[in-house]
Amino acid sequence: MSAAAGKVKASQNKMTWKRFKRFIPVYLVMIPGLVYLFINNYMPLPGLVVAFKQYNAGKGIYKSPWVGFKNFQYLFATNDALLITRNTILYNVAFIAINLVCAIAVAIILSELTGKIKNVYQSVILLPHLISSVIIGYLVFAFFSVENGFVNNNILALFGKEGVSWYSEPKYWPFIIVFVNTWKSIGFNCIIYLSTLLGFDRAFYESAEIDGATKWQQIRYITLPLLKPTAIMMTLMAVGRMFYSDFGLFYQVPMNQGALYATTQTIDTYVYRGLLQLGNISMSAAAGVYQSIIGFVLILAANLLVKKLDRDSALW
Amino acid sequence: MRTSGDKKFAILGHIIMIILSLAAVIPIILMVISSLTDNAAILKNGYSFLPEKWSAYAYQWIFAFNGGMVIRAYGVSFLLTAVGTLCSVLLTIGVAYGLSKKGLPGRGLLTFYVVFTMLFNGGLVPTYINYTNVFHVKDTFFALLVPSLLMNAFNVLLMKSYFVSSVPDEIVEAAFIDGAGEMTTLSRIVIPLSKPIIATVALFSGIAYWNDWNNGYIYLVKRTDLFSIQNLLNRLMQNINALTQNASDIGSQANQGLSNIPSVTVRMAIATLGILPIIVVYPFIQKSFVKGITLGGVKG
Repeated sequence: MSAAAGKVKASQNKMTWKRFKRFIPVYLVMIPGLVYLFINNYMPLPGLVVAFKQYNAGKGIYKSPWVGFKNFQYLFATNDALLITRNTILYNVAFIAINLVCAIAVAIILSELTGKIKNVYQSVILLPHLISSVIIGYLVFAFFSVENGFVNNNILALFGKEGVSWYSEPKYWPFIIVFVNTWKSIGFNCIIYLSTLLGFDRAFYESAEIDGATKWQQIRYITLPLLKPTAIMMTLMAVGRMFYSDFGLFYQVPMNQGALYATTQTIDTYVYRGLLQLGNISMSAAAGVYQSIIGFVLILAANLLVKKLDRDSALW
Repeated sequence: MRTSGDKKFAILGHIIMIILSLAAVIPIILMVISSLTDNAAILKNGYSFLPEKWSAYAYQWIFAFNGGMVIRAYGVSFLLTAVGTLCSVLLTIGVAYGLSKKGLPGRGLLTFYVVFTMLFNGGLVPTYINYTNVFHVKDTFFALLVPSLLMNAFNVLLMKSYFVSSVPDEIVEAAFIDGAGEMTTLSRIVIPLSKPIIATVALFSGIAYWNDWNNGYIYLVKRTDLFSIQNLLNRLMQNINALTQNASDIGSQANQGLSNIPSVTVRMAIATLGILPIIVVYPFIQKSFVKGITLGGVKG
């Protein structure tokens, strides 16, 4: 028995080796990318300990003294923690709701229109998505600049109203930011709903039409229910990213004005300013760890839910 | 069979889409018109769609005083976009090809290794310390090229699922039986069959590189000669601000000398230059861009 078994085992080993050998070139082409992920995403991870240290640039991360949770205590003792968490979450909630409604509405309209003009609309509304945040900051500045802005000089003046100093009045910025975000992402967000819509079976609509259903009824009773799975998926994915914000949007568009922090500071901009403007590395790292951990939990939870609903749409 | 309800819906649809399309381009138009307006007219009337006086002085000023700077920044942006996109596509193809191979030993583990980077990341502080203290990218071209932009898990998964769904196993197996090695299969069969997804990833990556201002802002402290056009835009906004502030402090005589700087139009002129390449290539890339978003949306 043993001789035969040995022979089988040897040939199995040979098979595995042969199989492995066949794949060596595959591993080789994978290496550069895998190494990059190691450098960019894995190597920084041990650096997270800096959140638990009193960072001293001269000593480096690992030799700086441990302070336990002190950085977190300081962070949460200030109003900042509450403020940045509130801003990040509320903006995300607003974005999710508005993007959902707008993207679905635009997708439905586009799917009902015919002819070349439809593609023109689609291309034009997607254009803002390709503009860098720096330039979006300039565009917004052209409208809201206090001295020369279009709004103060041409809109408010038209109604005989005094100019507003937009860049020092935090109360206007939630509206401006939400508007800019919608402007920037509507063309992008509608694409996925549009492609879902175009995949629907036209027979539903044809029979509905024969039964005398109006357009509104078709949308209400056919289109929207059919879009529901996609909408739920997209929303859950966005919920998974709720602890993150578009750094460019919140940093460039309000032009990093201190007077606006109350309504424009998010976790991402806070971490950035702590690190590069205030040099408060430990506090900044603490906020970063807070974001990474809660963000991680949210993504896991969202993906778990997605998986329950639709196996194929899950991230993994 | 079009009913009057259909017609009403179509008209309403066109009206809404026209409004949205205008909203998308109006800010850009305002920017371009402002860049071509006389500086004094803007100081008097504000940024406007109907300038009192047209003028290309802002562009003249840029090329006379900052010409070298703008052209250099353009050069950096083009070089960065070209090199970055090429590297990014090659790295993505490599990893995606491996992950798409059925029967690759360790495939599950490697997939997890890639996906994990989408779920958890160290964030800015540890990444910054890693790149500055370990790799010393500060004030080098690598600072623009490498951090966060070179390859991302999303594009890898996008390409992987395309390889799995659109490159038939039979063809790959047939090639293997005919004696083609893995490299030959990749270069002669998989890549030619996957042009659409490669174009998409190249597009995503190219736009990310062209529009990136973050890396330069964080890592280029002294070497302002390495600024991309986005970094230059960012800096000029601050610099012009500083200049105009000084002007009002120094007094009337200095003021007169400095008033030659078309401070309000020059911003818009440089922003226009920054957006120009995107507008020029957009009609050509728009189709595959939409296709790519559709593919990506199906996945995530």
